[in-house]
Amino acid sequence: MAGLSDKRLLFLTGKGGVGKSTVAIALGIAAARRGLRCCVAELTGQDRAAVAFGHRDGSSGARELRLAQDLWTISIEPQHALEEYLSQKAGPFGDVLAGSRTFHGFVQATPGMRELLTLGKAWELAQPQRRTAGARPYDLVIVDAPATGHGLAALSTPRTFAEIAKVGPIASQGRTLDAFFTDPDAAAVVAVALAEEMPVNETLRLRRELREQLGIELAATVVNALLPDRLGPRQGATVAQAEQAAAKASPLVTAALRAARSEHVRAAAQRAQVARLAEGLGSAPLELPYLFTPAVDVAGLELLSERLEELL
Amino acid sequence: MSAAAGAAGAAAGVAGWLDGVRVCICGGSGGVGKTTTSAAVAAGMAARGLKVCVVTIDPAQRLADALGLDALGNAPHRVDPAPFAAAGLAFADGGELWALQLDAKRTFDELIERLAPDARTREEILSNRIYRELSGAVAGSQEFTAIAKLHDLAATGEFDLLVLDTPPSRNALDFLDAPDRLTQFFEGRALQALLRPSGFGMKLLGRTSGFALGALKRVTGVDLLTDLSAFFRLLGGLLEGFRARAEQVETLLRDPRTRFLLVTSPEREPIDEAIYFHRKLKAARMAFGGGIVNRVHSDQLGDADPGELIARLVAEAGLSKALATRVAECFADEHALARRDRDNVAHLAERLGTSVPLLLVPHLDDDVHDADGLVAVGAHLFAA
Repeated sequence: MAGLSDKRLLFLTGKGGVGKSTVAIALGIAAARRGLRCCVAELTGQDRAAVAFGHRDGSSGARELRLAQDLWTISIEPQHALEEYLSQKAGPFGDVLAGSRTFHGFVQATPGMRELLTLGKAWELAQPQRRTAGARPYDLVIVDAPATGHGLAALSTPRTFAEIAKVGPIASQGRTLDAFFTDPDAAAVVAVALAEEMPVNETLRLRRELREQLGIELAATVVNALLPDRLGPRQGATVAQAEQAAAKASPLVTAALRAARSEHVRAAAQRAQVARLAEGLGSAPLELPYLFTPAVDVAGLELLSERLEELL
Repeated sequence: MSAAAGAAGAAAGVAGWLDGVRVCICGGSGGVGKTTTSAAVAAGMAARGLKVCVVTIDPAQRLADALGLDALGNAPHRVDPAPFAAAGLAFADGGELWALQLDAKRTFDELIERLAPDARTREEILSNRIYRELSGAVAGSQEFTAIAKLHDLAATGEFDLLVLDTPPSRNALDFLDAPDRLTQFFEGRALQALLRPSGFGMKLLGRTSGFALGALKRVTGVDLLTDLSAFFRLLGGLLEGFRARAEQVETLLRDPRTRFLLVTSPEREPIDEAIYFHRKLKAARMAFGGGIVNRVHSDQLGDADPGELIARLVAEAGLSKALATRVAECFADEHALARRDRDNVAHLAERLGTSVPLLLVPHLDDDVHDADGLVAVGAHLFAA
């Protein structure tokens, strides 16, 4: 379908609560199963991937942590990325600055600097020649990015810095990152959505803004948490009629009919949103099923990863 | 004692939780229905005769339309009470619902305008490239402006109650830290050196001096550093104002008439976030009104034997066995969700303890996007 396995980096974005982290991890599992050495990079410090694989305290810190065969994760931390960058790029000057509290404070307070450092680290992870000492290259880096608005703003940051700085290392870094993230052979943006009005609107808006602001296409869309539509329209109508007619039915039957109607209505509403999304995108999104388990566990992730294979 | 206190707290409903409260802040992770909850709470309190303003961050288009929110304005608009009355929620005398959709950039600009000592400084900041291009990315800027707006509205004294829908940051406490982070940086002695006109910030434009300065230039580049120095110098001049504002905000958050409401849905991750949020705020000695869990599935009789259910569906409702089997599967799905939600809610209740009463809002078949939906949600939040 999307041929995403050819890229070096996938940037996953979507509204808060749609399940981006789940999809990122499941996609990582799918990539690893294909034999691609894969790293799931998280940006929010929640270490979801590490926790999903049973690392109780979660923290991979800023270090690359092995989760399974060919599957790694890292929690990108801007300050750590800064120190790495300084020691790699700036040599003795770098050491002086790394030790300067003024400089650290300055970086913290500079608007957009977090995003630039974060993208810089994501870029480094995806390079065939790693800059970090002793680090092995990955075939695919999957970035679990913050909620949509922020995701797009983050992607624009390198270009903004390049324009403001004009010359010097930050300008050049900005240009390198911008070129990489907007190169369709190197990187791809994948949107994750729920089959609900707002996430669908956000996805369509993201697609438009990627084109207008960055000149890139949204490479793929994943719709998460789709309820099974067990009834279909005709049977749905039958059940609705039965519910009306069965005035003297037992509470059990009444409850069951109501539950069936409710799920059917919700599933139908979801299908309508998926159709709207597909029409807006001009192509069908990848659909992932609702997981009925108490929490998303490894079995659930494996199931989702099988569906996500199609994207690679 | 615990169960009884919890039950009593929940029975009072949101009206009880917000009795005498001037500022209500709804916190929780993204996608749990905070905007809807904030609006439903605001409408319910307006119906009780209060003049209420809800400050929303990122409402869905249809809800924004229903509330009459003008995306271009950064001031409260009065919401027409007629659709609410039509939905069964008439506003008592004196009750008014107002709404505002936060425009973070505008709010920041307004703040600069208010704090700048003169027109020239104001213009310099507003036209500074860093400010123009990147201020949206200032760490916590959306959170900071939300609180700044809240403070401004509270200061007008126009409203009996303000309800704030916080932005969906992963670290929901970003908004508490935001004022501090800005002022702490600006107050840092090291930065003061950078900002002083005779400090090395200005020297960038002239001869280099010092190894660190040379290093800084090499790493950042002269143009950027010049723009940044100007940015920090100009904003640093507003330091007094920022600091004063941060203190006022802190006072507002700690005011005895301010309450936090936790908003979550029954999935594992949002609940973990709510627990984290509660722990951090409690450590900061903030006061809670209660917790609201949206989209809860519940069932009774879900444990029934499927074989028996299928037989009964055939016998009582006249369904074919095939259809009855499908219906039984739907019923099993609902049961799985109800069990999951019950377990997660119990976990939440246990962690929050009895001082935070919980209200559960059932999963409604349709999105909430208008007065009807807000009234439907409100019915579960407010005691009859």
